[in-house]
Amino acid sequence: MKESLFTFKGGIHPQNDGKELSRNAAIKPAPLLERYFVTISQNAGKPPKPVVAPGDLVKKYQLIAAADGFVSANLHAPTSGKVKGIVEVPGAMGLAVPAIEIEADGCDETVEPLPLLDWQNLDAKTLLDRIAACGVVGMGGAAFPSHVKLSPPPDAKIDTVILNGAECEPYLTADHRLMLEHPTDVLEGAAIIGHILGVKKVVIAVEVNKPDAIKTLSDSAQKYGVEIAPLKVQYPQGSEKQLIMAISGRQVPSGGLPMHAGCVVQNVGTAAAIRAAVIDGRPLIERVTTVTGEVVKHPGNWLLRIGTPVIEAVKLAGGVTAEPGKLILGGPMMGFAEKSFKVPVAKNTSGILLLPHETAVNYESGNCLRCGRCVEGCPMKLAPALLCTAIEGGRYDLAADNHVMDCLECGSCSYNCPAHRPIVQYIRRAKAEIRKKAKR
Amino acid sequence: MNDNNNNENIVLPNGSDLVLSVSPHVSNRDNTRGIMLKVVLALVPAMIAGVWFFGLDALRVILLTAAFTVLAEALWCAMLKKPVKANVFDGSALVTGVLLACNLPSAAPWWVCLIGAFIAIWLGKQIFGGLGRNPFNPALVARVALLIALPAIMTTWPTPHNDAETSATPLGIVGTTTKITGHSQAARQNFQTVDNSSSLKEYFIGNRGGCLGETSAIALLIGGLALIAMKLIKWQVPVCFIGTVAVITGATHLLAPGVTPGPLFHVMTGGLLLGAFFMATDMVTSPISTRGCVFFAIGCGVITSVIRIWGNYPEGVSFSILLMNALVPLIDRWCLARPFGYTVKREKA
Repeated sequence: MKESLFTFKGGIHPQNDGKELSRNAAIKPAPLLERYFVTISQNAGKPPKPVVAPGDLVKKYQLIAAADGFVSANLHAPTSGKVKGIVEVPGAMGLAVPAIEIEADGCDETVEPLPLLDWQNLDAKTLLDRIAACGVVGMGGAAFPSHVKLSPPPDAKIDTVILNGAECEPYLTADHRLMLEHPTDVLEGAAIIGHILGVKKVVIAVEVNKPDAIKTLSDSAQKYGVEIAPLKVQYPQGSEKQLIMAISGRQVPSGGLPMHAGCVVQNVGTAAAIRAAVIDGRPLIERVTTVTGEVVKHPGNWLLRIGTPVIEAVKLAGGVTAEPGKLILGGPMMGFAEKSFKVPVAKNTSGILLLPHETAVNYESGNCLRCGRCVEGCPMKLAPALLCTAIEGGRYDLAADNHVMDCLECGSCSYNCPAHRPIVQYIRRAKAEIRKKAKR
Repeated sequence: MNDNNNNENIVLPNGSDLVLSVSPHVSNRDNTRGIMLKVVLALVPAMIAGVWFFGLDALRVILLTAAFTVLAEALWCAMLKKPVKANVFDGSALVTGVLLACNLPSAAPWWVCLIGAFIAIWLGKQIFGGLGRNPFNPALVARVALLIALPAIMTTWPTPHNDAETSATPLGIVGTTTKITGHSQAARQNFQTVDNSSSLKEYFIGNRGGCLGETSAIALLIGGLALIAMKLIKWQVPVCFIGTVAVITGATHLLAPGVTPGPLFHVMTGGLLLGAFFMATDMVTSPISTRGCVFFAIGCGVITSVIRIWGNYPEGVSFSILLMNALVPLIDRWCLARPFGYTVKREKA
């Protein structure tokens, strides 16, 4: 098996992947809370419009914000109770964002469920409408509405569906546990996606550091007409473009989308959510999230409702052993640092990571040594050091000429840099400046 | 339900000192100072060999040069109001000092060490903006400046184990021979005196005249292989550099034995091993991509061979590396990989 692992060129191999902290912790349900804060803007694209007013009584699964246009996603009540109003909660990078506050009544009463669908005998349109109605978005991180991703233009020739179970981010084990404990949810979701796109080749790609998940999935993969592809453990194996390269050997052209390489990629968690939406008629109101980090007392994986304040999740994990120096939503490579434990869980919150002070320090960055480790690590084959030097000198034009816009911001360069230069930060600045200029 | 909640005293974070930063939030534990110290460590075998063959005089040169380079760095930073401690403690001045010492004869007087140290740090490095910004290897800038300015002192080579006497280096003997006799049959016989199996053995352990850190092939190999094992240098650089010299001198020797001695002689004499493992591999002054480093190293090999065989100087390693240093920006531009997502077709269109 070793020699036939799927992979891409470049990337890094983090010394400490932190997965042992939570890899063996089974998914646990979370008890009902008194209050939930459902962030309104939690999908890529346009935020939905709230359809409830303060004082309204809502039931679990009830629509509380409706998609505003095609590239947008519905939001549903995580439990039954009273809408307190639209309040401000802390969001990414410490900015305040609006959220619908729901005070639970403790009954957890559900709305009339959507009818169960016999998906094999239905057309794509019906299934896509259901997925859109249930507010399913990409749960791996980007939160791109799934019904959009699964509606390629008619001229696109899609021949491969890849389910992303790489989970290459250190520390995260939510997808691992999901595949291990609910393999049929993932497999059936994969089959539904294949059916929608009319694609025969459906592959679930899993890094080989999850051998138990690979085995469990393989046991019943054939029944669903799905293949399991073992991936080499290499960050960022789960990046869409790198994953397509690893599985199909095709390059997504610069500025292009996966469909330009004949592929559609969905996260395994998204597949399970699609299955729940189609078969059970359940809107997306909960997800598996890893609560972990060296300072967390009992790291593990929980089924959290969307809108759960992070502090409540930390409480479930037994609190902390020391005051953390950093709170990250997502993984340590691409996740977002947060300023407050009041930030609520969103549809794309794959992990809640609490790093100790020692690793959270802001490194003093030095001059570039031109050691080339960023070049070796770059999965897009860019030269981050040269980009960084150009940007430092204000030469955004030079950075653009050297393809700065193709950067994934995966962080492999910054991770490798012995001078601890904030390469990704510089690159983001250049991208923003270049976009600003293009708009003018 | 999570039962342990009720039994345990849960400590919740208050979030008072959360650090905000952009991703990534973790990093490799390597740092600049670690890299520099490892390079110094890798030079220790060569320095031990130097002290073994050239006595305490060699140790004097090493200590003085290292101290003077660190002093030069501290002085410059103090003058320009840059953080002195951070710059001195990154270890780069120490590496330059130790490398420069390895490139000096053990008989170098203290003031040569002093001048060399200031040339290396001030003119070789800081004037360009400090660590990482210098186009030329600072230690080599100093060595070449000293060689041109003080040719007598810089080519006075003490005999190993006998610092009262001086002797010519093997390459020096070859250079003088070809000057006197031309490329001829007579020269070929003279080459035999320095290029035979017993003298090659002596070169391997380092028992020959030369700069104090360049003579022992075995010590340099140990340090160089350690650098490769620690992934601090790209193995392609020494392999291509030494390989090119071996191929060119070997071919010349084969076609015209009266022109130059054999390839093994060339590999183990002069500063080739020191240069190929420790100076052409300098991260700052070599190309950033592995592909670029291959071209860079081959260029070094060609220039070294040409100078050694046909040039006026007996040795060309320092010049070759400096000349190739100047080409690094061009090589970098030329050798950038085609980024992911740019097919050949699209690029041409």
